[in-house]
Amino acid sequence: MISVQACLDGILLGILFALIAYGMALQWGVMNIINIAQGDLVILGGYIAYFMYLYGIHPAWGVIVAPVIMYFVGIAIYKLVINKVVDRDLFISILATFGISILFMQLMNFAFGADVVLANSDYGTTMLFNNNVVLPNSKIFSAFISILFAICLVIYMKKSKLGRAIRATAQNARAAKILGVDTEKVYAATFGINAALCGVAGALISITFTIHPYMGLPYTIRSFMIVIVAGLGNLPGVAMSGMGLGVFEEFADYILGTEFRIGSVFLLLVLILIYRRFKLSRKREYLK
Amino acid sequence: MKNNLILYIGILILGIAAPFIFPAFKVQLSILCVLIVLATTWNIQGGEMGYNSFGNILFYGLGMYLCASVQVGMFFPLAEWTESGGEKTFVHTPAQFFQGMAVGLIVAAVVPTIVAGLIGYSILGLRGHYFAICTLGLGVAAGEISGGIEIIGAGQGFTTPPFPDVGSLDSRGEFFYFLSFFVLVLTFVTVRSIYTTRFKLILNAIRDNEDKAEAMGIETMKYKIIGWMISAFFCGLAGGIMGGLVGYIDSTDVAFDGREMGVFMVLMAILGGKGTLWGPIIGATVFHIFKEGFWTFFLGWQYVALGVLIVVIVIYFPEGIMGWLREKYPERFGEVVDEKDRKAQVELK
Repeated sequence: MISVQACLDGILLGILFALIAYGMALQWGVMNIINIAQGDLVILGGYIAYFMYLYGIHPAWGVIVAPVIMYFVGIAIYKLVINKVVDRDLFISILATFGISILFMQLMNFAFGADVVLANSDYGTTMLFNNNVVLPNSKIFSAFISILFAICLVIYMKKSKLGRAIRATAQNARAAKILGVDTEKVYAATFGINAALCGVAGALISITFTIHPYMGLPYTIRSFMIVIVAGLGNLPGVAMSGMGLGVFEEFADYILGTEFRIGSVFLLLVLILIYRRFKLSRKREYLK
Repeated sequence: MKNNLILYIGILILGIAAPFIFPAFKVQLSILCVLIVLATTWNIQGGEMGYNSFGNILFYGLGMYLCASVQVGMFFPLAEWTESGGEKTFVHTPAQFFQGMAVGLIVAAVVPTIVAGLIGYSILGLRGHYFAICTLGLGVAAGEISGGIEIIGAGQGFTTPPFPDVGSLDSRGEFFYFLSFFVLVLTFVTVRSIYTTRFKLILNAIRDNEDKAEAMGIETMKYKIIGWMISAFFCGLAGGIMGGLVGYIDSTDVAFDGREMGVFMVLMAILGGKGTLWGPIIGATVFHIFKEGFWTFFLGWQYVALGVLIVVIVIYFPEGIMGWLREKYPERFGEVVDEKDRKAQVELK
């Protein structure tokens, strides 16, 4: 029964990871930037929901408020930093977003304190299989909301004008520019949408799990891992590998102990990269 | 060439005299030496080879833990030591301390080198940002995992053996200063002699175009691994010294501190100018002075400043101090400048 519990927990958790990873895949595909501050944007979104909880508003409304605020935060980051590193060497953008990550981490530490917090949603729990499997309703709620947002975003990307512009820029930025797409605006919007997705995910994480100013980096690494396993622009793959990662994490938690949970995530990333490197090197190719 | 020799001797004399000129800053000077070692060795594969690693912190932390563990484990049971938190029940005699330190430093240098060789074969096949993120993951994973191992103190940390009582009060600072200065000189001599050989040209070829270098018949993998092993050797030594200097090892805050040391070494090399011999040294010195000033006067805001500093340096100053000087005074770097041509280029810009 423990394994059923771990599987279900992992799948519900993995859907959340997939939402964050989708944002990362979006900006990676469009702007060719790996945002190390991704996880810190998630945590910031979580704190928005937490503050609503502190002021007596139900934290579930954070799912609507956080993305709106985070969208503008994302645009601000883009205008201040990212637009100067878009066309440059990839390492520059990694290092610049690493700087943003440290900055956010510390500012959140000042503003919200270094305590582990969670926003209590009072959703109760669901018992399954003769009460052997306990699922908090908040986890089911968060998985449902993530799927909802992902579907909305996919439809938006397919149907709207901006969505088409974003996809065109991802395919070929220069050609899109020639054909009259304002790529600067598209980049800003992409970064904003990514930040908004992080905001949603963060609000859900603050309801279901806990948040802490320094917990951002593992979320970045998880989303990076999901994207490299699934590949860019492969949405079902992102969802599947997100769930797989969630299940892996829950099992690692049970088998190795909670103190090795984050460590095993980072180690898994290294192992996946090494596996892919050896697989590709047989064909004399490499990850780039 | 003659000028250079005088310069080196001058720096050497200054280095030996420094603890007597500034007796209050001995610890700071030792940390500066360690920082220069880290920046210079990061530059070997970050600047010359083009493999931007966030993972050299792995070797630094490994060296730190190994040196302290060997130093304790040679004379006392390690598990009881960590459990007691290095209390008065176990005291190193001076002879035991120095023997332990010597053996510990050798282990701290050799084991990371072997580790670098082993993981280098698998990881150095990755390129660009995959390599950067993979090494970042490696550093954090090492920190998280070592924080769960009981025998080296897990979450509570590991107290390194206190410096024995050998008479005067200043001897601790002097000992660590001269040790770190010796390692600095060793690093500088090694790196400088490497940079005069064909090896450096191969590293640069890998940075500029790896496929082409391979097509020209260079076994790139071999040289990449050797380059990383040299880095690991000195990172491990630096870590071992730093462990004794700080006196306390914590898995994520001191040893595998990706948020501080791991970023510092990258930042120092970039600030000074990567891909140059003197760049990391100048960068580390400037950075250390800046950092100490900031850490003292704006306590609490240091990470905010660090974040802003990273962004500013990376965006507005990616060539570093040496790159800027080179742009300004190309003649000094042995480049023949055609004044007309240079002006034409400036106008084009």
